[in-house]
Amino acid sequence: MSELRGHDLVKYYGDLEVLRGVTFEVAPGEVKVIVGPSGSGKSTLLRVLAGLESPDRGTVTLEGRAAGPGEVGMVFQRFNLFSNMNALDNVMCGLVEVRRLPKTDAREQALAFLDRVGLADHHSKFPDELSGGQQQRVAIARALVMKPKAMLFDEPTSALDIELVREVLDVMEALARDGMTMVVVTHEMRFAHHVASSVLMMDEGRIVEEAPPDRFFSSPKEERTQRFLALVE
Amino acid sequence: MRGFVFLYTWFFRATPTLLQLLFVWDALPQIWHGFTESWFTPFLAASIALSLNEAAYMAEIIRSGLLSVDPGQELAGRALGMSRRRILQRVIIPQAVRIVIPPMGNEFITLLKLTSLATVISVTELLTASQNFYSTNFSYEEAFAAAALYYLFIVSILMFFQSRLEKRYTFTSARRRVRNAPAVPVALSHDAR
Repeated sequence: MSELRGHDLVKYYGDLEVLRGVTFEVAPGEVKVIVGPSGSGKSTLLRVLAGLESPDRGTVTLEGRAAGPGEVGMVFQRFNLFSNMNALDNVMCGLVEVRRLPKTDAREQALAFLDRVGLADHHSKFPDELSGGQQQRVAIARALVMKPKAMLFDEPTSALDIELVREVLDVMEALARDGMTMVVVTHEMRFAHHVASSVLMMDEGRIVEEAPPDRFFSSPKEERTQRFLALVE
Repeated sequence: MRGFVFLYTWFFRATPTLLQLLFVWDALPQIWHGFTESWFTPFLAASIALSLNEAAYMAEIIRSGLLSVDPGQELAGRALGMSRRRILQRVIIPQAVRIVIPPMGNEFITLLKLTSLATVISVTELLTASQNFYSTNFSYEEAFAAAALYYLFIVSILMFFQSRLEKRYTFTSARRRVRNAPAVPVALSHDAR
């Protein structure tokens, strides 16, 4: 059974059809990487899968039902940490406000997850006082602490200085090794190559091609994929 | 609701405060005779007019404060499964408060000085009180100096609370340490030349 599934998704922004009947699924423990030019609908697909936007047609299911709050974790390009809270409060927030955990329990769990992304020492710092890479790791911990069934990453390293990309990718790779179900929109082709179970090419609101990374990068079938890869590499 | 708020802020910001004061004091009692009774004092009329006027400006400040919070903040809250209300309480409002404090401080100071207009409806506010003083003994400098001192004193108190609030809504871990830090960083405090 597939873990997270989007069936025949259609999404309009005004007159613009951003998703044109996308069917997508990711099995437990799989890592799917989505690539494609900007405006191809990658981010919209993630937002629909995360439940942040409702599709104009089609359905999203998690284990065959509607996802509950926090069950599908989302990591944003611009981190979106709550700027009025320090790192610890950011990670605790979902546990306290959504899961209704007592503060002492929430604090303990949040610290454990901050430790997991290597930032336990920085728990009292505010987003403004953390580097982009650190902020993104806190954002990952904030999503993970909710014990999601799947994690979605929307260009998680695109807003980072080049020397900070690695620390975020390391956290994501460790997560993949631990068997997290992941969907990652990224331009990091090496990450796709090493970590993905399969790579998807999106263009103009459709999935053009899907293949295991070896085949996707060495012998893409579609002309659109070949053109895209020629530009990126 | 949206239409009412628009009309309200439009009306009270577009018409002079003086006109609003005169309207509340002189015209309201003609519209409704309840306002002719003794409980409707000039002071109450001034309070009502200035409150209505100030609310229009405050509404604009609060609206712009809420709008200037990054929409990504709400998105992140929704991704965690937080309800709209919780997102507003825990995330949006605290951030908007930080943005809104300085313009609100300005508004309070403006309001304080607008009270001098209430003299037209025979409220003995600060400036009128000082005029009453020099009209009996002709010591203008003393009267005006005293009035100015009172204004300065009240504004200073407002500014004190404003800076306290600003500190409280500064989102850094160092906000309490800042007070004890040396005003000049040690490395720069002596000139090597």
